[in-house]
Order: sequence, then C-alpha cells, then structure tokens
Amino acid sequence: MLAFILCELVYVFVTADVQETNQVKDAEGQTHAVEEERQWEATEVETNLSLTDTPSDNEADHVQTYDIPPPPPAKYKIQEAAEEERRDSLETNIVDVPSDKVAHVSDTKKTLDDPPPPPEKDRFQEELVIRPLHSGDTYARNKGKEFDLKLYLVSHYQLFPKSLGQVILKFSVSELHISFTQGYWRTMQWGQPFLLSPPGAELWVWFQDTVTDVDIAWKELTNVLSGIFCASLNFIDSTNTPLGVGNVTDQRFLRSAVLPREIVCTENLTPWKKLLPCGAKTGLAVLMNSEKFFHSSFYSQALHITPVCQVRCMYIQSSDVSWELRQTLNVVFDLHSSGQEWSLFKMFSRTLLLTEACPLAFSSKVYVDVTDNPQVSNLTLATPLLSQAVVLEDRRTYSVYDLTNQATFGQTRSLNMLLRWRAAENMLRPLLHGERYVAGYGLQKGEIHTLVYNHHTYRAFPVLLLDTVPWYLRLYIHTLTAPASVATTNPVSYIHYQPSKDRLQPHLLEMLVQLPPNSVTEVTVQFERALLKWTEYTPDPNHGFYVGSSVISALMHSVVAMDTNSTQERRFSAESSYFMWVYTEPLLVNLPTPDFSMPYNVICLTCTVMAVGYGSLYKLLTRTFQVEELGIRPFQCLLRRKQSIFCRFQWGEFTARRGSRSQQAVIYL
Amino acid sequence: MGLLSDPNRRRALTKLLTRLNAPICVMCYLAGVAWFMGLAFEPFTLRTYMSENAMGSTMVEERFPAGERALATGREFAAHKKKVGGMPVDWLVKTMQSRGLEVFTQSFTRKLPFPDENKERYMVRGTNVYGILRAPRAPRTEALVLSAPCSEGNNNNQAVGLLLGLAQYFRSQIHWAKDIIFLVNEHDLIGMQAWLEGYHHTNTTGGDWSPLQGRGGSIQAALSLELSSDVITSLDLVLEGLNGQLPNLDLANLFYAFCQKIGVLCTIQGKLQRNDWDTTSGYSHAAQTMMLMVLKQASGRPWGDHGLFLRYHIEAASIRGINSFRQYKTDTTTIGRLLEGMYRKLNNLLERLHQSYFFYLMPSLSRFVSIGYYMPAFGLLAVILLLRVSFHLWDNRGFYFYLTPSSPGVLSILTPVVISHMTGVALYTLPILSQEMAVQHFPVSETEAVVLTAIAIYTAGLALPHNTHRLLQGEGTEEGWRVLKLVALLYLAVLLGCTALINFSLGFILALSLVPIAAFITPHTPKALSAAIMVLLSPGCTLLYCVFVFQELQETPVSLQDGWMLFLSVISQGILDHALYGSLVYPLLALLIYPCWLLLWNILFWK
Repeated sequence: MLAFILCELVYVFVTADVQETNQVKDAEGQTHAVEEERQWEATEVETNLSLTDTPSDNEADHVQTYDIPPPPPAKYKIQEAAEEERRDSLETNIVDVPSDKVAHVSDTKKTLDDPPPPPEKDRFQEELVIRPLHSGDTYARNKGKEFDLKLYLVSHYQLFPKSLGQVILKFSVSELHISFTQGYWRTMQWGQPFLLSPPGAELWVWFQDTVTDVDIAWKELTNVLSGIFCASLNFIDSTNTPLGVGNVTDQRFLRSAVLPREIVCTENLTPWKKLLPCGAKTGLAVLMNSEKFFHSSFYSQALHITPVCQVRCMYIQSSDVSWELRQTLNVVFDLHSSGQEWSLFKMFSRTLLLTEACPLAFSSKVYVDVTDNPQVSNLTLATPLLSQAVVLEDRRTYSVYDLTNQATFGQTRSLNMLLRWRAAENMLRPLLHGERYVAGYGLQKGEIHTLVYNHHTYRAFPVLLLDTVPWYLRLYIHTLTAPASVATTNPVSYIHYQPSKDRLQPHLLEMLVQLPPNSVTEVTVQFERALLKWTEYTPDPNHGFYVGSSVISALMHSVVAMDTNSTQERRFSAESSYFMWVYTEPLLVNLPTPDFSMPYNVICLTCTVMAVGYGSLYKLLTRTFQVEELGIRPFQCLLRRKQSIFCRFQWGEFTARRGSRSQQAVIYL
Repeated sequence: MGLLSDPNRRRALTKLLTRLNAPICVMCYLAGVAWFMGLAFEPFTLRTYMSENAMGSTMVEERFPAGERALATGREFAAHKKKVGGMPVDWLVKTMQSRGLEVFTQSFTRKLPFPDENKERYMVRGTNVYGILRAPRAPRTEALVLSAPCSEGNNNNQAVGLLLGLAQYFRSQIHWAKDIIFLVNEHDLIGMQAWLEGYHHTNTTGGDWSPLQGRGGSIQAALSLELSSDVITSLDLVLEGLNGQLPNLDLANLFYAFCQKIGVLCTIQGKLQRNDWDTTSGYSHAAQTMMLMVLKQASGRPWGDHGLFLRYHIEAASIRGINSFRQYKTDTTTIGRLLEGMYRKLNNLLERLHQSYFFYLMPSLSRFVSIGYYMPAFGLLAVILLLRVSFHLWDNRGFYFYLTPSSPGVLSILTPVVISHMTGVALYTLPILSQEMAVQHFPVSETEAVVLTAIAIYTAGLALPHNTHRLLQGEGTEEGWRVLKLVALLYLAVLLGCTALINFSLGFILALSLVPIAAFITPHTPKALSAAIMVLLSPGCTLLYCVFVFQELQETPVSLQDGWMLFLSVISQGILDHALYGSLVYPLLALLIYPCWLLLWNILFWK
C-alpha cells in the first residue's frame, strides 16, 4: 500500500526594478486582449529563441514578468552543450514536432483560464496544486496524491520583501537560487518532479559584471543569507564551491555550492514565510502548518530570484531589469495509514481553514489533478473550472478553484474538498533517472558509481553530468569509465575535469554522455580516502562525510512540454525540446578515522613511546661504547659490592676519559 | 637504559636468560595458560555497559502487536515455498509491495569448487528478495538491514513471517531516519554473499550475480533472524563472523539490554548465564562458554548469516530462536517487540557503532574480556619464542655465537624453507585441482577426494627432511640447524603475532600447540619420542582435538569414528569457506603455518 501526497508552495515575487518602474509602465493601459496576444508572441519568440538561440530585439519592450521559469542552474550549460552536441553528432537529435500534436497543445492552452495580464505594478499570485502521485509500483493497490501549493506575488517593495531587495542591490546579484530540501525525490515512484532540488541546501548565484571581487561578495552573501534563512550557509567556503564550471554562461560571476548535510526544519520555514506579503495569516499560506509539513515524506522549499526582461538578461544592466521572486514549497504527504481518502481538512489542520485569498494577491487558485481520479467532491459545492494540460504525453485534467471568488467558499465560509482515488494505471516511467552509490569496502579506496537510466524506448539523447566531489576523496581520473548497458561507440563526447586542491578546492567533473535508448550508463571513478588532519574531522567523524548529489541534466525532445505538473500556461506550449534535470542521492563516505574517544591515551602513549622507547633505542643504536682497560676492571667493582657505588662513579670517570688510552676493546651493539 | 650499554650487566642478564631459559619458558607457558583460564573467572572480567550515548538514554516504547498475524504470514510463506519448491519470489515481491516497500530482486548462480556434502549443494541458483522501507525525509544515505534466510524444509518460516510483519508495522511508523532493508536471502550464506557483493559492487570470490537496482546508502547495522518455531524459550546471540571478526560490543549490549527489559531469556553460545561464579560449576560454565567462543572465532567461518557483513564494516549479529523443553515460553509478539526496540535504537544512531570494543571475549552475555586483558595470555606464550631466540643467539657465558668460516651457506638454509613452502602451496592448490583425477582413479566422491588429497599431501610432507637432505651438499652442521631454528622461531613469532592481532583465538590455539615444539625441538632430542610429540602437536592434529573439544563443550560428545568423520567434513568446510566467502584460515594454515611446522620437523631430522 503506497500513498503519497506532495504539497508544493511556490511564491514568486516580481518587482519591476527596485529603483525604476519604467518597464512596467510601458505595459500599463493596454487592453486585456492585446496583453494576451503579446503574451503569446512573447512565448513564441522565446520558443524560437530556445531553438535558434538568436535574440530578437524588436520584442524587447515586452515585459514578461510572470512566467519566466526559474532557470535551473545547469540550464544554460546543458543547452549549449546539447546544441553543441547537435551540431557535432551526425545523427540529429532534433525531432520534428508532429503538427497535429502542436495543434492539440495550442488548443489545450486556449482552454486554460485567462493568462494573467502583464503586471501593471507589483503583483502577487498564489497557487496550490494538488495531484495524486503514482507509486510507480505495478502491483501497488493504492496510489498517493500530490499537493501543489503555488503562490505568486509581484511586488515593488510594497510586496517584494525588503530584506531580499537590499541583499540583491548590495551584492549586485544578477540571479539567485536557493533551496532547502529534506528528503530525496523518488523519481521512480513519484514520477518526474517539479523544480527539483538536491537534499540539503543548495545555492546558485550569478553576480553582475560590476562586481570586482566575486569571492568576497560570495562569502559575504552566504553569511547574509545564512542569517536571513536561519541556515548553516556560512559553511560554504572555497572547499565546496566549485570554480570554473565549464558549460555555463558567464562562469566568472557564477558561484554555487551544495551543503548535503544541512538539516531543514521549521526554523527555515519561518523566515521563508515571513517573506510573503500576507505572511501565514491568510490566503493559501494558512495551510502552512509546520507540524504537518515535517511529518511528510519529502519537503523542499526554494526561492528563486531572476531578472525579468526579454528572454535572457544575463548581460543586461540592472537598471533595465525588473525582478521576479518565486517562492516554492513542495511537500509529499504519505497517506499510507489514512486510507484512500483525502480532504483539505484531513491533510492540514482543522484549525487552519482556507477562508479567503490573500487580499494582496492578484490571483489565488487551487488546482486539483483529477485525471486519474474523477471523484472529487467539493464539500462547499462550488463548481470548479476544468482545465487540461498535457504532460509527458500524458493528458492531465485539473479542476480549478478561484479563491478570489467568494462563491468558492460556499456557505461554510471555508474551502474544503474531498478526494477519493482508486488505483491508477501505471505511471509513465520517467525518461531520465539517476542513482549513485559508493562501491568497495575498506577505508583505503573506493569507487563512485553513477547510474544514468534512459527509459526512452527508441531515442538516444545526451546528458550532462555535473559532479562536485570534496577534496578528501582523491579521484583517480584515469579510472573514469562510462560503459552503457548496450553497445555504443564512445558515449562520452566531452569531459571537463578540474582537479582538487587539498583544503582549497573540490574536484569538478563535467561529462557529456550520450545515452543509448533504453539503457543504463554506469559512470565509475575510483578514489582514495584521504587521512585528514585531526582538527579537520567533524564532531561526529564516524558518521561519515557527505558528497553532494551530482546533477544530470538533459535537453529532452518531445512533442509535448515537460512540466505537466505546472499550471503555468507557457509550459504547455509547443516546444519541441525541454530542459530537465535530476539529482542523484548524496553519498555518505567513511574516511579513516582515529579513535577520538581516547585522545588522552593516544597523546600519552605517543609521547611515552617517542620519549622513552625511541629515544633510548636511538641512543643505543647510534652510540659506540669503548671500554678502557684500566687498573681497576669495572667488573671487579661489581664483585666488590661494598664499593660498587664508588666504582660506578669511577666508571663514569673512566668513560669520560675515553680515547686517551691505546688499548681499547670495542663492542659494537 | 644503561642496562644494555653496560656490557657486563648485559652479559649478566644474558647469562641469566640462557641459564634459566628452559625454566622461564615453562613458567611462561604455564602462566599463559593460567592467565587464559583465569579470564573466565568473573571477578577478573568487566561487566558490559552501553557505551554509545545515542542508544543509552533514549528509551523507546515497543508496541509491536501483530505476532499472530506474523505467524500466519509465515505459514502462508511456508505453503508458497512448498508449492514453488524453493524461494517463492513472486509471492514475496507481492507481499512486500503490499506492505509499502520498494521491492527488488537479485538472482545469483554459484558453482562450488566441489560438492558440499553437508548441505548437499553444488550448482547453486537462487534469488534474493529485498524490500526497502524508505525513511521519510531521509536522503538515502544510511540504512539498516533485517534479514531472514529462506531455508530448506520447514526452517525459518516464522522468521520470514516476523520479518514481513515487522515491515508492515514499521511502514506505519514515522520515526525512521534510516532506510530499513528487509532481506530474504536464499541459500543462506551464498545468497548473502551475492547480495552484499552486489550492494557494494565488489567481487572477491568470483560469484555470478545480477546487479542490484535499489540501495539505501551505507548500511549502519544488520541483524539476521533465525526462528523456526511459533514459541521459543530463549534467544541465542551469535556474534562470530568471517575470519573471527566480531561486531562492536554495543550491539551485544543492545540485545542484552532489551532481553532484560522485555524479559526474554537470552543466551550466548547456547549457554545461559549463571550467577554462582564462586562455585566450581559456575566457573566451569563460564569457562566453557568462553572456550566455545574461542573455538568458534578460531574457525574463522561465519556462524550465521550476519558473518559476511563484518567485512564491509557493518555491525551485524544473528539472533536465533531456541525452543527447548523449558516451561517458560516467549511468543512471537514479544520477539517482534524486542526487534522493534533494537531497530528503534539503532535508528537513533548518529554515528556508526564505534564507541565500544571490537576485540573481546564473552564468558557470559553480561561479562566481557577486552583485548587488554586477554592479550597478555598470548604475550606470555609468544615471549617463549623470543626467549628461545636469545637462547640460540647467545652461548652460556652470554656471548654471541660467532659465525665461523664453516658456517652454513645461504643455500642450505634456504632449501628447506623453500621446499616447505612448496609443500604448503601444494597443500593449498592440489586438493581442488586434482579432484577430478582422484575421482577417476579411486572410488571416492569429489568431496572425499579433496579432503583425502589434502590429508595425503599433509602426511607426505612428513617425509620431506630426508628428501631435503639429498639436495643439500654434504652434512648439515651444528650451526646449520641453529640458524634454521632461529629462522623458524622468528618466523613463527611473526606469524603468530600477526594472527593473534587479527584473530586472537586462532593465534592463541596455534600458539598453544606450536610454541612447545618450536621451543624445545633440536636434532639431539630422542628422535622417536620427539617425532611422535611433533605429530601430535601438528596443526592438523590440533584441528582434530578442537573438533572433539568443541563437541564436548556443546554437550554433544561424539565417538572416535564420528569425530573423524566430523574432522573430514570440517576440512572440506574450511576449503569451501575459503572458496566461497574468502575465509583466510585455510590459506593461513596451508601456506604459512604448515610450512613453519615443517621447518621444525626438518630441524628434528637434521643430520
């Protein structure tokens, strides 16, 4: 019996430039229809751009503020890499999009509720998506559900949190992604996730090119953020910040780090909630009950700050840029014990009722995925709108509840809904899946195995594997192999490796691997475990040392867009390729560890051995003793016991005068 | 330290050592044996205590309720097992999945070097089924293992039932911070070996297994459950693993603590604890328990399915349910609660178990002898060898024996050394290589062929001295055997010292039998008597005595005939353990200890 619920909270703040708002003003006064049309154009342009990679200037005045996807950290590089791959490889990976499918997708888009108009001022949107999760097990009787809670907000220091705005300005941040995750997304059971983040804390920052010393800015920024989010981001230093990521735009200004050890709990949730304009007082945020959230199977909170302009605004001056802040929260609930029925009351606390939308919100909606489970009974008897989306060639139907409409809450003045589900048919297998483990035994050497699964039945595609390994695992890069389970010719077409420096810099390994269809590619590399200095061990050295997740990213070609989970319209556009990435498990590696439980004994023993044993042995081995034949033979002294003390004194004197006599018996020891 | 730099004092000391050498050696030997026997005396031992803080103060409540249901599942499992005639893979997969686990299977095949007559298997083909209970909000970095073997006949059905019952119960709990792997392994140790090698992607013994699909990170601890009856009278804890490795003592402490808490009778080596340490019978009881542990550890074989985990630095133990004729019975629910409590506490671990001892002997479950206490016993034996070295190095007046121009060449020393080791290599390789030939020419089975070949080569080695001498030029000199004896003494000292560091019991037993002959053998002793003593104290005969003593201690004495058969099967098991699991006792004996004994044999027949 498997049952899981995912709850995701997404908060997006878009502010039209903290200093100026001229961009936003441009958009003012336009009619809704025109807005919509423009939005479409923008989408089209962006689609073209992602294919052709040539920016068009004439669309520059369009401000697309609300649907920029938070660019995944590795997106740029994989796009480039994939494009490079496309150019290089003989067989083209671009698959022509069947026209009927495109038409269908377009239809789907039009059936969605109105796309929100561009922001006139700062704007805030909130959104909750609930979706039952497939367990992925063919024999499982019960399937889980998934919650998606999304809130969007756009702000202009009225809504945009000032604390973050100041940080952006002070450190000249161009783009910032930070995530805190507790748990591991089980791709094979739960399917392809939303914006994924690795277990622990992850931080990616692009600084603007005006920053002179990026390292200092990075150091200060991590400390500031660690204060804002109550997290141990101050543990980020040069040993876990890989420099020189190869396939990325503007790598000089990029800094990133993953802290796989970071434990995420309520103290991280509270500051995150405080960034919302309504706090947790009203709107969808009332559901954020930390007691429930931290009894879940998976918890991930993230914050993405991206500059909003045309498509990519990496090079655009900050004065031209408006900012989008997106806050997301994903939670998977395990309904194993509570049976096949779910309701809002049951899921969240009864004392926290969803009674109204946040008054500051531009839109506030609840989406429930009813594709496999049509039996949603709205306890408040409001009629939801139905919308459709296609995800991974899988059609999804959502019922939508608009919280800004008072009718949604019905007579009870609170929204509740009940979902009963039956066993759904098998989940579509995720196309890309990664696993990682440490092989071998003993404390000297080991081997990191990274398994990359391509579950596509007929299509090969390249993936970019990004691996950051701490310096205390000394990688033997000559042992790097990447054999696939099916015969291919040299699947690895690009390797970028930056060796570590002890106590300064981690290993960085980037590989472009071509995955044959329906195959497993196993990337292995051997390592040696370093012996640390005794002050470098953590307080719990026998727990082991963490190695962060590796990122497997790919530009997938498909007739339908990937983010089926997302309710954002643009995601369902007729893109012929989409970007996706998965994380592998972090690793826990034991290093040779001294017995710290007896430091005193160790110190004492060592000192004693060194001082007494070694010292005297060394003396005995290196000194030559010469016995002088004198009037009184020393052993005669021994016989004469009464005078033995005197004789010993004499003996000392005799040896002091050694070398003065010719007759000497030399004994070598 | 003027002691050594003063030539006169040094000479006095060496004189003392050489004059009183034999009495000191005898004293040391007796003192060593006495020290060892004293270890079982309760006032000399320490009481066990929980060192690991994470498992100490954190009390857990055990509420496992479903013992009856577990037994029903066990019966269902038995029925399916009978129907399929082996591991009911499909049923297990379905059952585990319905309990909310991620289920994976692993198939393996293994061809034994020769048929195992004890377990009647040669070509082994099987499947392991394991389900992983994913801990909520855990990033798959740590795991615990609970395993139960799928055995032939009606054995261990209750263990599998209880395992599935616990899996269902654990699934509904929210405490877990580590993934829990529920493993049902087929063909006991062979299946376990395949699973562990698959999990860690190693291949030490050339098995053939399919790679694992699901993992839970680094395994922190493992328990293997063996339960063959619905009610039990006591639980037996088995600790001895491959090559005499032991799990951290805290694992035994944990088991003992929960047995005390829940009120289950617990034993170690099948022997209950007694309180009358001050009586003779109480002492002999403790001594017997400790001797059993020493013998089991010395054998170097895994005494339960847990034994193979230890190689991977995973603390593991087997828990065996015993149903005897006692009145007081414990039901399955209670065992389930005990296991639940143990897993809850293991789940609390922040680090690997490392606080307590890894080297210890247990005269009872609540008492232990740490390495610092038992090592002197071995040290007293080993010092005899060094004393004899000094004896042969210095003459009676305390001077060195100077090498005269007539001293033996390197060749005359090297020849016996090389030939002895060649015999050792033959003993190690030939039994398995020549089994086919032996089967063709003699009316024996493969297993008998292997064992009898080994014994034949072992015995043939006794004829070596005469053959060695043919190779040597001329007569052996007085200095010749002295140098050879020095070499043999130092060699044996190093060998035994290293062995005792890794596996104290093996080192100690070998020292008990080899040190006397190494100390006192010269060409001048009466040939026939010395030869008889040497043969009686040779490693092979030591093994034979150990078999008898072991049976005696287990209170299942055997006749001479049965003992001999048991001896033969022990040899075959030793060879199999080496081939299947990488046990090092057989190569150690064949390649190092036996040649060393042959060197001493050479000295006896030195001409």
